[in-house]
Amino acid sequence: MKFTWFNLMPWPYLPDDFREKNRSVWVDIDQALFDPEKSHEVYNTYMDLLEYAGTVGFDGIGVNEHHQNGYGIMPSPNIISAGLARRTKDVALVVLGNSIALYNPPVRVAEEFAMLDCISGGRLVAGFPVGTSMDTNYCYGQIPSLTREKYQEAHDLIIKAWTTREPFAFNGRYTKLRYVNLWPRPIQQPHPPIHIPGGGSVETYDFCIDNTYSYSYLSFSGYIRAQALMKGYWDRVAERGAPDTSPYRAGFAQTICVAESDEEAERLYSEHILYFYNRCLHVYAGFADAPGYRTIKTIQTGALSQYAPPRAGYSKLTWKDLIDGGHVIAGSPETVRQRMEDLIRSLHVGNIFCLMHVGNMPKEKCMYSTKLFGEKVLPKLRNMFPEFADDGRFWCKPMKQRVAAGRLPSDRDAAEAVSRVTA
Amino acid sequence: MQLKTIKTHRAPVRYFEGGKGQPLVFLHGAGGIAADDPFLAKLAESFHVYAPLVPGYVDSEECHEIRDMLDFTLHTLDVVDALGLKDPILVGHSMGGMIAAEMAAVCPNEVSRMALIAPSGLWLDDHPVADIFTKLPYEMPALLFHDEEAGKARLTTGLALDDPKFLQNFLVTNARQLGMAGRLLFPIPERGLSERLYRVKAKTILVWGDSDRVVSPVYAHEFKRLIKGAQLVSIPEAGHLVQLEKPRETAAAIQRLV
Repeated sequence: MKFTWFNLMPWPYLPDDFREKNRSVWVDIDQALFDPEKSHEVYNTYMDLLEYAGTVGFDGIGVNEHHQNGYGIMPSPNIISAGLARRTKDVALVVLGNSIALYNPPVRVAEEFAMLDCISGGRLVAGFPVGTSMDTNYCYGQIPSLTREKYQEAHDLIIKAWTTREPFAFNGRYTKLRYVNLWPRPIQQPHPPIHIPGGGSVETYDFCIDNTYSYSYLSFSGYIRAQALMKGYWDRVAERGAPDTSPYRAGFAQTICVAESDEEAERLYSEHILYFYNRCLHVYAGFADAPGYRTIKTIQTGALSQYAPPRAGYSKLTWKDLIDGGHVIAGSPETVRQRMEDLIRSLHVGNIFCLMHVGNMPKEKCMYSTKLFGEKVLPKLRNMFPEFADDGRFWCKPMKQRVAAGRLPSDRDAAEAVSRVTA
Repeated sequence: MQLKTIKTHRAPVRYFEGGKGQPLVFLHGAGGIAADDPFLAKLAESFHVYAPLVPGYVDSEECHEIRDMLDFTLHTLDVVDALGLKDPILVGHSMGGMIAAEMAAVCPNEVSRMALIAPSGLWLDDHPVADIFTKLPYEMPALLFHDEEAGKARLTTGLALDDPKFLQNFLVTNARQLGMAGRLLFPIPERGLSERLYRVKAKTILVWGDSDRVVSPVYAHEFKRLIKGAQLVSIPEAGHLVQLEKPRETAAAIQRLV
């Protein structure tokens, strides 16, 4: 099993009446709610927490890309990852990912991911999301019905740039480049492992299966509601005649909170969970799905956007709703272990993206929950798929000998070295 | 109106045909058009009307290869050609007006008479065109009509948005139709038309509803400024779907081209 500690980087200062006074947490969120000076501490705390997770047993630390979004102050996950690459030693950097249709030209992604792979010594796991309609269409202006074609072209260009060792010309519809000549290039060969976040598009299933990419379902609604979608994926894996059903072909994001007991979990985390589910997911329905963004086939299979509000309108979800519905797995280490085992078996997933910083959770509680999971839950789940234990296709392969940050000699040693040269 | 099909280079095109008189081609807006459209019926009293559907609209085949403004313009010229028409009166509403204006700019010698009804295609920072893509069904009547209540009756009759089966069909239709419209209108309905309008030679009538909340009547004056000799017919108590709210007045304005 591979466990990645994930931080969406929510803005923790949305007011109590946010949902009543604002139409959307995303796209046209009120800028007055963001305080740059407060963000200084928020960013640094979030990065500290990601680094902390790297020391308590997690395999990876994860970041993602959102724009104009109250629950994600990370339009550039690469900037965060660059910081993390320097301050962490062994964990994978899971960038899930760069919305490749938004980069102009997309070789920018090939370059920046190569830099991250080089700086981190081959610890990059690369993600290529199509991006949500909010990010891709409404914030970044891509034409909905052409987004997938542009995404596909960007993907082809990036892979070709990563795997071609001489300059080539790329005559795409959306990008035309006379000299593609990647410099630097990634350590991992032929390229870093690729995860594709998806939300139920049949086309994305096929894309992952055909290219040996891992399909990640990054839902906030928990593993119980994800059964149908993941079954659709595994059925497709079988239909398509993939050579194996390795659980590492799939990943799933789950909100998790651990405490000493179930009661303590509710007492400690309820407030922050409710902040996230009742405030941060308040997206105006008109932004959820630009016409043409999803394919006809996908609409016909009934995969509705997880951001569309329930038809009966918003109601306030309670801790009990969220626990019973499986949106959130919370409780004592034993409770969490049982439910995680249920999740892993029922969805047949080898990559778990653990959403452990939730909403406006303060750092102390987040550390507490993270450490309990890392020490008391994770080791018991580690070997759930022994028959696939050596499937390394979907995870990074770091260099054996890596350097750490801060290895300069002392000023005195540097001066001595210089004097030896000049002598 | 009869629904027929004609072959073109890009795709088989579905079109409504009816009426007697001079040939007139009507290009619909992003909302599409139905067989019982009262404005088409009104036009058919005086003209031989052809109303081709943009690929993906109603039951017509989609065409992925029509991606940008030039593709739409040339495709629509192909349609006119395939219908065997030479220099028909060209009428376009909203997105259809944008396409008509492009046709007249690209091929000024093939379009001598044109009516643009609340056309898209220009952008003024101080008067942003409404974002139709983010609007929810219940928000549409107030946006599109002067008379919101009458508009509501027209638009939402028969919409069973609580029925999942209906909703799925509704979403598929939206994805097909507005997905195509988005190629010209998303995220800003402007593709450089203002720089090409100087080429237009057609006698041009502009028709605008005074209460247009999608494309403000301010744009009427901008089109008038950019198209030499264009005449403006402003229609009171009418919104963006002026031809549905005031079919008689809109058709009368088009008569000026005869």
